[in-house]
Amino acid sequence: MALLQIVGRTFLSFLAAVGRLFLFMSLSISHAVRPPFYGRILGRQLLEVGYYSLPVVGLTAIFTGMVLALQSYTGFARFSAESAIPNVVVVSITRELGPVLAGLMVAGRIGAAMAAEIGTMRVTEQIDALTTLATNPYKYLIAPRLWAGLISLPLLVLTADIIGIFGGYLVATYKLDFNAATYLKNTREFLEVMDVVSGLVKAAVFGFLIALMGCYHGFHSKGGAQGVGAATTNAVVSASILILSSNYIITELFFAR
Amino acid sequence: MTPRSTNSQTPKIRVRGLSKSFGDNQVLRGLDLDVDEGESVVVIGGSGTGKSVLLKCILGILEPDSGSIEVDGEEVVGLRGGDMDRVRRKFGMLFQNAALFDSLPVWENVAFGMIQSEGVARKRARETAAEKLAAVGLRPEVADLFPAELSGGMKKRVGLARAIATEPEIVFFDEPTTGLDPIMGDVINSLIVEIVQKLGATALSITHDMASARKIAHRIAMLYEGRIIWNGATEEIDSTDNAYVQQFVNGRAEGPIEMPVRQA
Ligand SMILES: Nc1ncnc2c1ncn2[C@@H]1O[C@H](COP(=O)(O)OP(=O)(O)OP(=O)(O)O)[C@@H](O)[C@H]1O
Ligand SMILES: [Mg+2]
Repeated sequence: MALLQIVGRTFLSFLAAVGRLFLFMSLSISHAVRPPFYGRILGRQLLEVGYYSLPVVGLTAIFTGMVLALQSYTGFARFSAESAIPNVVVVSITRELGPVLAGLMVAGRIGAAMAAEIGTMRVTEQIDALTTLATNPYKYLIAPRLWAGLISLPLLVLTADIIGIFGGYLVATYKLDFNAATYLKNTREFLEVMDVVSGLVKAAVFGFLIALMGCYHGFHSKGGAQGVGAATTNAVVSASILILSSNYIITELFFAR
Repeated sequence: MTPRSTNSQTPKIRVRGLSKSFGDNQVLRGLDLDVDEGESVVVIGGSGTGKSVLLKCILGILEPDSGSIEVDGEEVVGLRGGDMDRVRRKFGMLFQNAALFDSLPVWENVAFGMIQSEGVARKRARETAAEKLAAVGLRPEVADLFPAELSGGMKKRVGLARAIATEPEIVFFDEPTTGLDPIMGDVINSLIVEIVQKLGATALSITHDMASARKIAHRIAMLYEGRIIWNGATEEIDSTDNAYVQQFVNGRAEGPIEMPVRQA
């Protein structure tokens, strides 16, 4: 009996949390598509989310591409199928690893930063002050961040795709003695528009989710520094889980028949 | 402040039966308060009695559990979105902890209302912000600093400059002189008096500083246990026989107001 109660209560509070999140999301979206738009803040966020994430995402991509070439070589050499390496690199990077790894890295960087900044504004009454100055916090704080996530992540992932494939090329030609021209030719042949597009769609979804989680947890943080700390952790964890689960769903939609 | 002639028009702010609780903590319990146009009212009361909550309810930052709040005769409880923002443009507010935007330099904090909700050009707004900063006794160099680089008293003054920058009809001051040295405190008191007298603004202030209250208030109201238990002209505060007010004004530990402190 007691067990059932606990299960029931947990389930109900889970439903309530999901409800609150959906409410927050629809409110944010409805403000994000209607004026006034704060271009100056959007610009700053694009710089923060997109430009300053480039080093992290670039490093992640190049090492991922390199290790992919190396690992698939050791595997495929057993079947003397080394020529499949460019294919493995291109498909894995564009479809999966580019968007997912970039998403996770940006979730750690940006989701945390957004939650901490908005959370601090909440607990130090800056959001109240914003409201008092007749400025809607959804429009001023949240909308530009959602847009920045949605726009920046696809651009970051496109860059990651290029750098990742280049990483594979580096290892294949310098370490594994592939012929550079043949490797490039194979890469071009295996490069499918659909793979890249699906990756970019994923990136846009991930970017939106990262910003949404950062804003949601920051906006609802309570208490002082401790509350902001909890909001930051929750933002990163929930964004990461949402990235991995929505990644499966989008893959299913694109490629399962 | 010297008493002003009473008039019988609709009050600028009219609060009736305002209640607000947080969980089990009943903070406001049916509070009534009128503030007339051009009047300066000071609310006094012990720490944690809900003075800041009262201001936030009027501004629509907190939603009251029940009661009515009218501004210029218009009911504002339940107003949302653009309608509420239209009402909020009548207000300026100095927060107790200043609540400056720490991602913006001082001048943009002060100019925020002008730029964002009045659409003033940034350059013009910056000039006006500089004037307001001078009015609260801050030097021009301060304009380019960030809030984290200011002392507590400087933050308070920037908050004050932000509250009055758009020359609002109604200004709320939540403890305007706390954390300031006595001289600067008096400068701020004079500034508040000037805003009320010259601009004809309506002011609702909170303070624990009785000297400040005497200087800036036409009328003083005392908040205790969620209601206004006394309110009268500033001169009456010393002659009243209300034991609560007497105890508060004279700052005595003994009296009808009990502080929840256990003797060691
Ligand atoms: N957002 C909130 N959530 C929960 N409780 C709150 C909140 N804001 C205020 N309270 C509670 O309401 C009561 C009144 O708080 P308020 O800030 O209005 O006090 P105050 O009269 O301004 O005191 P002080 O003079 O110390 O500033 C306190 O008990 C406080 O704990
Ligand atoms: Mg207070």
